[in-house]
Amino acid sequence: MIKRKAKEPPEIPSSSLSDIVFLLLVFFLVTTTINVDKGLKQVLPPIKPSETKIPKKNLTNILIDPSGRILIDEEVVSVSQMYGIIKEKLRNEKMVFSLQTTRKTNYNIYIKVLDKLKEAGAKKISIAEPVDV
Amino acid sequence: MSVKIKRKQKVNTAIPTASMPDIIFMLLLFFMVATTMKQFTGLKVELPGAKRVEKMQSKRHQTTIWIDRQNNVVMDDFAVPEGEITKLRNMVYQKLVEDPQLVVVFQVDQKSEMGRLIDVQHEVRTAFVNGARVIYSAIPL
Repeated sequence: MIKRKAKEPPEIPSSSLSDIVFLLLVFFLVTTTINVDKGLKQVLPPIKPSETKIPKKNLTNILIDPSGRILIDEEVVSVSQMYGIIKEKLRNEKMVFSLQTTRKTNYNIYIKVLDKLKEAGAKKISIAEPVDV
Repeated sequence: MSVKIKRKQKVNTAIPTASMPDIIFMLLLFFMVATTMKQFTGLKVELPGAKRVEKMQSKRHQTTIWIDRQNNVVMDDFAVPEGEITKLRNMVYQKLVEDPQLVVVFQVDQKSEMGRLIDVQHEVRTAFVNGARVIYSAIPL
């Protein structure tokens, strides 16, 4: 009797294993959403100013006013003109772009300008404190 | 002749299914790894379009802030009341302590004004001691 018992190995029923795995697979298939989110990366400056003075020749101020006009160093330009101007400015490798808005500025234009800067290849983009006009 | 035909019919036409569970297991593992469960509905926003969009990293290191046209602010699943925007500072700080690799994702409506975003950004910048890593969510053009 003892010998016979030892000869029969205990078995786990595995016929339904594939069914269970299939079920799990379907569940994860349905719940998975492939990440399609994309966006513009930016690093915001800390609140306490680091007080690193940038010489004026290495700084370009870009201001977007409430009506959506873009001013590069106090000159009004259009979005389509920006690319050429920024490319020109980028010949100075140390050039820093300071992007400034007002509280009433439209967000879409802000993103458009940021995008244009990135498109032209500007790496050093700083977000300046907003001004109240 | 007839013998030959019979033999041909005997050829095994079954698809080998022995490795099927292995394949399914592999698929299962892939989808299990790719799935991120936590997802918030947030606010309904119309994202702006941009050309130079970059892919976001994994959702595990992200926290999302929504701002819609009516200037409502929602962070993950918490609606920030109108006058208590400074609460965001603590919330972002808590998240940052839990995950030093934190990236803040802004989902802002393209027709909204900068004012509310500036307030929110101020809180985020206060929470991050050094530069705050943010992403402005946009649709690729």
